[in-house]
Amino acid sequence: MPEQPAQPRTTIVGEGRAGLPISRVAVFAGLTLFGVTAAVPFVWQILMSLATLTDVDLLTQTGFPPTLLPSNYGLVFERVPFAKYFFNSFFVAGWVTILQVITCAMAAYAFSRVQWPGREKVFLLYLGTLMIPGVVLMVPNFAVVLGLGMFNSYWGLIIPGAFSAFGTFMLRQFMLTIPTSLDEAAAIDGAGHWRIFTEVVLPLARPGVIVLAIFCFLGNYNSFFWPLILVKDVNLRTLPLGLLVFDSSYGRETPLIMAASLMAMVPPVVIFLLLNRYLVKGIQLGAVKG
Amino acid sequence: MAQVVLRNVGKVYDRKVRAVEGFNLDIRDGEFVVFVGPSGCGKSTTLRMIAGLEDITEGTVDIGGRVVNHVHPKDRDIAMVFQNYALYPHMTVFKNLAFGLMLRKMPKEEIRRRVGEAARLLGIEQLLERKPKALSGGQRQRVALGRAIVREPQVFLFDEPLSNLDAKLRVVTRTELKNLHQRLRTTTIYVTHDQEEAMTLGDRIVVMSNGRIQQVDTPLNVYRRPVNRFVAAFLGSPPMNFVEGTIAREGQRPVFVGGDWLRLALPADQPGVAADLARHEGRPLVLGFRPNAMSEHAAGKFAPPGGGNALRLATTVVEPLGDKIDVSCQTPAGQRLIARIDARDNFPAGQTIEFFLDPEHVHVFEPGEFGPNILRPPA
Repeated sequence: MPEQPAQPRTTIVGEGRAGLPISRVAVFAGLTLFGVTAAVPFVWQILMSLATLTDVDLLTQTGFPPTLLPSNYGLVFERVPFAKYFFNSFFVAGWVTILQVITCAMAAYAFSRVQWPGREKVFLLYLGTLMIPGVVLMVPNFAVVLGLGMFNSYWGLIIPGAFSAFGTFMLRQFMLTIPTSLDEAAAIDGAGHWRIFTEVVLPLARPGVIVLAIFCFLGNYNSFFWPLILVKDVNLRTLPLGLLVFDSSYGRETPLIMAASLMAMVPPVVIFLLLNRYLVKGIQLGAVKG
Repeated sequence: MAQVVLRNVGKVYDRKVRAVEGFNLDIRDGEFVVFVGPSGCGKSTTLRMIAGLEDITEGTVDIGGRVVNHVHPKDRDIAMVFQNYALYPHMTVFKNLAFGLMLRKMPKEEIRRRVGEAARLLGIEQLLERKPKALSGGQRQRVALGRAIVREPQVFLFDEPLSNLDAKLRVVTRTELKNLHQRLRTTTIYVTHDQEEAMTLGDRIVVMSNGRIQQVDTPLNVYRRPVNRFVAAFLGSPPMNFVEGTIAREGQRPVFVGGDWLRLALPADQPGVAADLARHEGRPLVLGFRPNAMSEHAAGKFAPPGGGNALRLATTVVEPLGDKIDVSCQTPAGQRLIARIDARDNFPAGQTIEFFLDPEHVHVFEPGEFGPNILRPPA
């Protein structure tokens, strides 16, 4: 019996070999141009973050600050409770992510694996909410949160984000690609819905869950408008709000803004580097599976 | 182990589409029953109703003396092997086998013993730490089988378990399955669209079409005595030949007349048959005979007393199979027939040749796809 594990090996003829030199040069030149264009703003940001307040305005002429001021980074922490902002951003984005993943996964299971009357219609209704711009929802959300006594609190920052129609939609699409015979096998093996959800469907939907978690975390980590209208207490401010402190009516402290935003960027970049293969998968999810 | 009894079982989807109708069957304890039929005939639906994966619209399903219509699949004491195996991709082979036992809160020691035993039986002990992705098709099939065995259920349900294997492996696994059943003696219901699989595996086979049972009998009886034209055409490869004609009388003997080229004296010595034939005299009928009921030699069973069983046919294509050859022929009326005869070198294609028909192995059907077999001797 041929009992070798079936491992697909694909060889594309010509792959790995040098193609026509001219076309390759053109491709690399184009890619380099894109790369540089993308990198310039960041380099510029780093330079500004190291300049003095007076040098910043001259930077377009000099191209490089005459005196480097790494102390700008320390100054950010002295001027505002920046560590607290960091914590707030992590705390809020973390909780929103955890809650959203749980609620969306459960809803997605109900919409993809459980047969119940009116399922497709209710799902369409869900999708319909995606058509409403987020800004339009600000006022009713604010009223609700106010009514629930969550104004100016972590609760108010977290609870409205604990559920998302988009996340439900994404995970549902992912779960639809998992064969239903697995549920059936598990049901015969003795599992009820909860077991099937936690031990079969959820582990298999892991790539989708991770993508949702990344999207969700990054989105909330960067969220600005909702915290702006909801939070009055300085100690509840998230990072994007914190950056605003340096741009007040008394003047704009560009080097400090740049230093602070550069530090604020570190977690998303690290997350991207660690999990970028899942993100790529997530983008393919929409493209291929439909 | 248990009996399975289906009474008037029916399935209607969305109050419109009827998938199964009036399904009655008694499956004995330890029996191996095969549901066979073309796709869409309702065989898988029936199996899934027994498993509890589909609601039963009408009738009752009884497993081991208990009506299970509203019993959850996990409480029916059955195990099922799926066409795509349905192994949990994120679990090792061991966990795949043990999952059902863990859910039943069986002691760890007992789980290890049962999994070990099943793995030994199937020769997959060295694979227990692997994930399904790292297994070949045949190995996955065995793991799926193992998952059913460890549960020691009352009934095994198989839903086309061999159709994802290549032809060679399918035949080997088929034999192993039969061997396994002979050792375990667990009541087994097996669904397939492959008539060869049905013939080789089943103690009894259930031929289905359009949601209805056409015939239930042992493989050889179904092959030899098909109740109607559908069953006759479905079982056997190459399929049975059919020729339209009528029954006439020559002296005392009934004769099947097909156009001006076929006059076949029918055997009418069995009780009741002569009367049956007489009743159909002059009406349009269909003669059926299998390719191996033809020969190029008028000898032995192909040489009935009085003769009258010769067919002159134009050969078109000759396909050697080893010890036999399949000869495609054309009747003077332009109809295509297939003869399976003993192999010999240089069999001529494109010539008119005389063939002889074994009159003991012909069937006469009423017209239509499901026309009853009027020559079928009573069982």
